[in-house]
Amino acid sequence: MATVADTHDTHHEHGPAKGWLRWVTTTNHKDIGTLYLTFAFVMFIVGGAMALIIRAELFEPGLQFVDPHFFNQMTTLHALIMVFGAVMPAFAGFANWMIPMMIGAPDMALPRLNNWSFWLLPFAAALLVATLFMEGGAAASGWTLYPPLVLQTGDALPFTIFTVHILGMSSILAAINIIVTIFNMRAPGMTMMRMPMFCWTWLVTAFLLILVMPVFAGAVTMLLTDKFFDTSFFNPAGGGDPVLYQHLFWFFGHPEVYIIILPAFGIISAVIPTFSRKKLFGHNSMVYATCVIAFLSFIVWAHHQFTVGMPVPAELYFMYATMLIAVPTGVKVFNWLATMWKGSMTFETPMLNALGFLVLFVLGGFTGIMMSQAPADFQYHDSYFIVAHFHYVLVGGAVFGIFAGLFYWLPKWTGVMYDEKLGKLHFWLSFISMNVLFMPQHFVGLAGMPRRIPDYAVQFTEFNALSSVGAFIFGVTQLLLGYIVWKAIRGEGEKVDGEVWEGAKDHGLEWNLASPPPYHHSFEGIEIKERD
Amino acid sequence: MSSQPILQQKNNRLVLWMFLIVIGMFGFGFALVPLYNVFCQVAGVNQVTSDAVKTDSALVFQPDLSRQVSFEMITSINGNAPFLFEAEKAKIKIHPGEYHTVIFRAKNLTDQPRVIRAVYSVDPGYIGEYLKKTECFCFTEQWFGPGEEKDMPVRFVVDPRLPDNIHDMTLSYTLFDVTAKMKKSEN
Repeated sequence: MATVADTHDTHHEHGPAKGWLRWVTTTNHKDIGTLYLTFAFVMFIVGGAMALIIRAELFEPGLQFVDPHFFNQMTTLHALIMVFGAVMPAFAGFANWMIPMMIGAPDMALPRLNNWSFWLLPFAAALLVATLFMEGGAAASGWTLYPPLVLQTGDALPFTIFTVHILGMSSILAAINIIVTIFNMRAPGMTMMRMPMFCWTWLVTAFLLILVMPVFAGAVTMLLTDKFFDTSFFNPAGGGDPVLYQHLFWFFGHPEVYIIILPAFGIISAVIPTFSRKKLFGHNSMVYATCVIAFLSFIVWAHHQFTVGMPVPAELYFMYATMLIAVPTGVKVFNWLATMWKGSMTFETPMLNALGFLVLFVLGGFTGIMMSQAPADFQYHDSYFIVAHFHYVLVGGAVFGIFAGLFYWLPKWTGVMYDEKLGKLHFWLSFISMNVLFMPQHFVGLAGMPRRIPDYAVQFTEFNALSSVGAFIFGVTQLLLGYIVWKAIRGEGEKVDGEVWEGAKDHGLEWNLASPPPYHHSFEGIEIKERD
Repeated sequence: MSSQPILQQKNNRLVLWMFLIVIGMFGFGFALVPLYNVFCQVAGVNQVTSDAVKTDSALVFQPDLSRQVSFEMITSINGNAPFLFEAEKAKIKIHPGEYHTVIFRAKNLTDQPRVIRAVYSVDPGYIGEYLKKTECFCFTEQWFGPGEEKDMPVRFVVDPRLPDNIHDMTLSYTLFDVTAKMKKSEN
């Protein structure tokens, strides 16, 4: 196996452009990946700060810091920023960095589109944050933007909707780029079924994105015309129906949940085999399970609306269809467990985060099955129980997946090993504080505490205080993450070779490249091995 | 690098297809609006809101005097519409198959002419098909002079085939002030 350095000179390689304009004009997948990840981290901190305002207000009953209207703006923006600003761009960053190196391509298929799809994001995010300072404040309806409530937003409404349009455009462009790259840019010998799971999950995610983002864009456009152009899509006075918006929203919203979690599945499917020193158990069944999850995600949306007044047969259908999702998801979880079975496991930071993902995601999945029961859901609906549920799958699932992927590939990107001690500290602090933060919310939710309120009944005080303490520890811990990554980028740490992790070459093409990989890498001389 | 133009062509074609999907799905979102109404009609959901008033004279049933159902009337006002709106009676007992008239009363609290529209719904939702209205003020604009008060009757009959497990039904009206909307469409 030839090293990359041998073939380097034959390619008229050049490094990155000089100066800060490099980052504006870059079409290099590694640069754009870095941009995405940096942006995601900034948004993670911004959205996290909003969450801390929420948790500070909820530390004890009564109103202490913010007025209820501002509180509602915080819950709305926290969700929009975390979903569209932090988690999705983080995964797009991983996709940009890793997919070309995983499938043996020199770069993404559409590099200029790639640049554009990233640079739409900072403007969208700035616009979204700017709505806070507009007359009437930002949207305060919750991230679902349900009418008629959202139509009471002040000047911020058209800007919020425009933000959604831009964010949607950015994700659609990124998705198209990933689809074209995976279909057309694979190295000879890299058949679809030989592709690593991360590429597969992103391929499916990209299809979900181009199928549902336009529907969401359409739904918010209807909000816009209802408000300003006298249409009555959602206005009963003109023969419309506000429940229609909920159906449109969740037709997008449910696949969106998988858009957020599938790439994390891909990362976990890369990390667990490496640190178990075994091949991924049931690679093909993982591929099929991913496709089945994606398909099911389109036909279960109304389980978010069990209390809206659906006829019983519809409730039954959506209930059974929803429970069905547990099957392919179970296939994945058991495959990961079987991968670890009798493996010679070690517990470096990426593996710890992957195991943390497994535990937390399964916990969140179980509460999901509880809520799939239509009759029981009437109790859980709009309570803190649902808040606990989706934070277990989003923070415990998606965010821990991002942590795992970050620590796994960070040495590959920077060429130095991150500070393992601090990495482990970050994991344990995150894992423990995450549970302190969200576990009590299950119980206050079951006891009847509603979500999206700045005040609550006194009997919930202790659990809320505990939850807030967990939130602040979790928040501060993420600054430690920034420090660890910063240190690694500065090159402080032990130099690593191309393989980084013991035996990693068996788990992906990217480990055949030097660490850090050359600005323009090449896979000449590297053979693609058949998967057993 | 002879394969470069071919790759370019392949990429362009795929990108075109993807954009077509995106545009198609944007259209699909809008197509869901009429599809939603069609689905509701087929499934018998939400039907009351699309039903026109039946003035069919053939709607004569044999009253089922052995059975009594309680029939409640609820009114609500959307937003801050400056109106009084209430039902004459909160609750009546009816026999399925018997004709009844109930009066809803609305009063314009301003000194300007206003237009309202009242949207109704019944609960439980799926009994909509058994509730036949022969006179109703729903879905038609009602014009109110300054300070005017109006009685708006609803005449209805409940189909005696109403399922046995139904003992209570609720008729609810929500009043929407559409004055601003009407003015805009006139201009």
